[in-house]
Amino acid sequence: MVSRVGINRESTPARLGVLLLTDDRVEEANGKFLNLLYLDPLLLVGLLAVSGLGLMMLYSAGQRDLSLVIGQAIRLGLGFAIMLTLAQLPPRHFRFWSPWIYLVGVLLLLAVMVAGDISKGARRWLDLGVVRFQPSEIMKLAVPMMMAWFFADKPLPPRWHHLLGGALVTAIPFILIAEQPDLGTALVVGCAGAFSLFLAGLSWWLLLGLAGVLAAVIPLFWIYVMHDYQRQRVLTFLNPESDPLGTGYHIIQSKIAIGSGGIYGKGWLNGTQSHLDFLPEGSTDFIFAAFSEEFGLVGACLLLILYFFVIARGLYMASRAPDTYTRLLAGSLILIFFLYAFVNSGMVSGLLPVVGLPLPLFSYGGTSLVTLMAGFGILMSIYTHRRTLTP
Amino acid sequence: MNLWRPFAKPPTDELRTRQKDNTAESELFFRRALFALLAVLLGFLAVTSRLVYLQVLNHERFTLLADGNRIRLQPLPPTRGFIFDRNGVLLADNLASYHLEITREQVQDLDATLAALRQRIELSDADIERYRKLARRAPPYTAVPLRFRLTDEEIARLAIDLYRLPGVDIKADLTRRYPLGSLGVHAIGYVGRIDETEMTKLDPGQYSGSTHIGKTGVERSYEDVLRGRTGWREVETNADGRPLRVLSRTPPTPGQNVYLSIDIRLQAVAEKALEGHNGAIVAIDPRNGEILALASQPVYDPNPFVNGIDFASYRALNTSKDKPLLNRALRGVYPPGSTIKPLMALAGLEYGVVNRNSGVFCPGFYRLPGSSHRFRDWKRGGHGSVSMDRAIAQSCDVYFYNLALNLGIDHMHEFLDRFSMGRPTGVDLPGEKGALLPSDEWKRKVHKQPWFGGDSLSAGIGQGYFLATPLQLAHAAAVISQQGKNFKPRVLYATEDPSTRTKTLEPPRPLPPVTVKNPRFWDAVITGMIHVVEGGTAHKIGAGAKYRIAGKTGTAQVFTLGQSEKYNAKRLAKHLLDHALFIAFAPVEDPRIAVAVIAEHGGGGSATAAPLARKVMDAWLLNKYDDSITTDVQPAQDGQSRGD
Repeated sequence: MVSRVGINRESTPARLGVLLLTDDRVEEANGKFLNLLYLDPLLLVGLLAVSGLGLMMLYSAGQRDLSLVIGQAIRLGLGFAIMLTLAQLPPRHFRFWSPWIYLVGVLLLLAVMVAGDISKGARRWLDLGVVRFQPSEIMKLAVPMMMAWFFADKPLPPRWHHLLGGALVTAIPFILIAEQPDLGTALVVGCAGAFSLFLAGLSWWLLLGLAGVLAAVIPLFWIYVMHDYQRQRVLTFLNPESDPLGTGYHIIQSKIAIGSGGIYGKGWLNGTQSHLDFLPEGSTDFIFAAFSEEFGLVGACLLLILYFFVIARGLYMASRAPDTYTRLLAGSLILIFFLYAFVNSGMVSGLLPVVGLPLPLFSYGGTSLVTLMAGFGILMSIYTHRRTLTP
Repeated sequence: MNLWRPFAKPPTDELRTRQKDNTAESELFFRRALFALLAVLLGFLAVTSRLVYLQVLNHERFTLLADGNRIRLQPLPPTRGFIFDRNGVLLADNLASYHLEITREQVQDLDATLAALRQRIELSDADIERYRKLARRAPPYTAVPLRFRLTDEEIARLAIDLYRLPGVDIKADLTRRYPLGSLGVHAIGYVGRIDETEMTKLDPGQYSGSTHIGKTGVERSYEDVLRGRTGWREVETNADGRPLRVLSRTPPTPGQNVYLSIDIRLQAVAEKALEGHNGAIVAIDPRNGEILALASQPVYDPNPFVNGIDFASYRALNTSKDKPLLNRALRGVYPPGSTIKPLMALAGLEYGVVNRNSGVFCPGFYRLPGSSHRFRDWKRGGHGSVSMDRAIAQSCDVYFYNLALNLGIDHMHEFLDRFSMGRPTGVDLPGEKGALLPSDEWKRKVHKQPWFGGDSLSAGIGQGYFLATPLQLAHAAAVISQQGKNFKPRVLYATEDPSTRTKTLEPPRPLPPVTVKNPRFWDAVITGMIHVVEGGTAHKIGAGAKYRIAGKTGTAQVFTLGQSEKYNAKRLAKHLLDHALFIAFAPVEDPRIAVAVIAEHGGGGSATAAPLARKVMDAWLLNKYDDSITTDVQPAQDGQSRGD
């Protein structure tokens, strides 16, 4: 007993050595190639299908610019490589690194506050001389990891003081990111924490109470936290026609694109809204509108079913995870993926306000792709390494 | 501390969380995950229902909006029809003119391009300034004109180097041209740029893309015929409005060619005859109402009006005391004077006030019963005893004073109204005036006074309140010549489809005929009018005529003499001289032309106006045209090409 506790007090270099030298692949692999690579075939098929459709749509939405498609394909390849790499690591590595990644992430966010680059009115970027990146992106992984780490050794459902600790873990990066301001990422980080709490077994009464608090906080948030352009976005969401040439233009044109697509769509490469530049951001944030214009209700539903399949598979994989840490991490990672898909498709169709979240694996752009694929790597790892932990 | 110990066995969860119940937590997680899956499903169902709302329920609305986004209609203005005279002499056509334009987005260095152009053609600073002003407002992909009306030499010089000047282009457009200049301008009219007030009244569908519209004359009254129908091109544009491709094309329908009933040679004779006078000559074919000549002097050149006349020239035309812009044939109102007497005689016969043989003694003046005021006859000594025939031939005022007084204003008004006196004849030219046929009712309304006997006397000899236009007088002469058969005067002879060149002749436009109780009344009046020319007041023009003319002179007072004053043309200023009038038709056996002449301040009708009418009738009936005019005006060749 004493000795076992002693392991936890082992010095960090020693534990690092343990992580690097232990290899349990041989005993797990049952001969199949994908199992050998620690990949889940069903999830992989789902991800490849979504990415493939995305590339095809990008060719159309990007005015048949093949270089755009190739660039995105390279990014996707990089994302899949990262996924493959992370899938090889046993979950305990992530657990070990969780607090450190979180700590470094928070420090970088603080660094951004002090010395970040300003672009488009927001201080989001950190220039390290060699690379220029958004530390807030790290938090999309770090927060679910830290939340899982935090609840890993607590009995669940959590007690109220544990909840406070969890809330604090989420609130610190949330506030730092919201301050930048970056509403989209703050939303993701905040929801990541909320998903963890929910999956950890937060009681329904508390959930209702939190919803009540949220409802009370929103007006304060509106007045003190939100910036003018963010308030404008919400107002425009409530009535896009009020500003058809300004902020409402995006959403009006997006609705026209989707609506004019009809049931069967205008056909690949035949979308007028996207090809004639009426649809802004047609290959990035609003690619779902371009897709719905060309492939209609049928195509859009097919895409949503694909997303649903990926998420359902992810949730299944999470529920098969052996312990609290892996369960919570896997669950909240796949729900973040859902968050992206839902917020983006809801925003583009005018169901939700305009929040700058891309359609995962579909929109042109690399930043969120890397984090999402890293998340899938962790998910794969958790699912494919579980046998070692079941004695 | 044993450094190797960690390698023996890695840490596991069970070691640290003994209080945790992994099975229970796993079940808890499973329930939560299941619930999350349900939420995911609901979320996607919400999006799906939104998609159904947009793509199924509102599909048509959004399709319209999408098409409205991308499809622009571009008008294709039609080519305006030509105008010919009745013999096919070209009066108005469209001339290709060339202008230079620059598309900004295709030019790399605008200043260098402008400098290069300046070396080749003349470019004023005003041209460049206007270009810069227009180009600032226009989208970069549209061509903005830089210089208009390039000469052939300039085009040649530019054409060589055009390939070195990207974005610079020479474009052709059509400009209305009146090859005969001022000849016939008051009938033909002109087109001009559409102004703002017209813009608000026009059908935007038909006129978008058009820059010009008929302003006066035939150009205006047959605007709909000449214009044609605008075609459309459906163009797909992107969000910047840049046209990308043509989706469909409805070609414009070119305007119809219009043939006027006017014979431009006769018009030239009439205008030339009137030269030196302000006035008008109207010649009508009495058998069908076709206007053969419609001259109004002075004239002006319509060509500068097409693309906007400069301000100084316009002001000169507009403020000239001779009023060249006034179409005197339709809009000049004059006291008809004695030219009205044939109508008065007819009215007298119709109402039984006089008969053909009854005589009146003319002492040279007329006094109303119970009044000492003398209404003078133009002949100081008087005509002695006059019958109707002599009264017309000699233009005896006293006879008609007596007739008018007995007839009364009501009968006079009723009868003369049948000849379109006091109201527009309905000619197919814009702006015709109705002039004034006075009546008791009119005088009470306008002058707040009853009609007096003296008013009847003045009106009876075409003076006083009575006013008429040259067109009305010519029309009246035409109706007399046809013994009551009445046609609306018109200038439209035929229309022609420009592609098939099939002419459609315009049918006569009959008006209700003027009927009298006894057709012999016409003979009485016409005989009087023949005697005007044969031995009467206009006997000079009757001399040597190869056909018989019926006419009536008129001398309308502009200025009222005192009771004892004597009219002395030499002592009066030109603008106070009498107007000279003459109406006539010929040949009397089968009238083919009816003419009215008015020469403002021309003095006497017999001396000044009648010879002008004779010239016009000679030309028409004897085919006697001035050589200088006939060489100018060659009938058009067959198969001539159109400007398009």
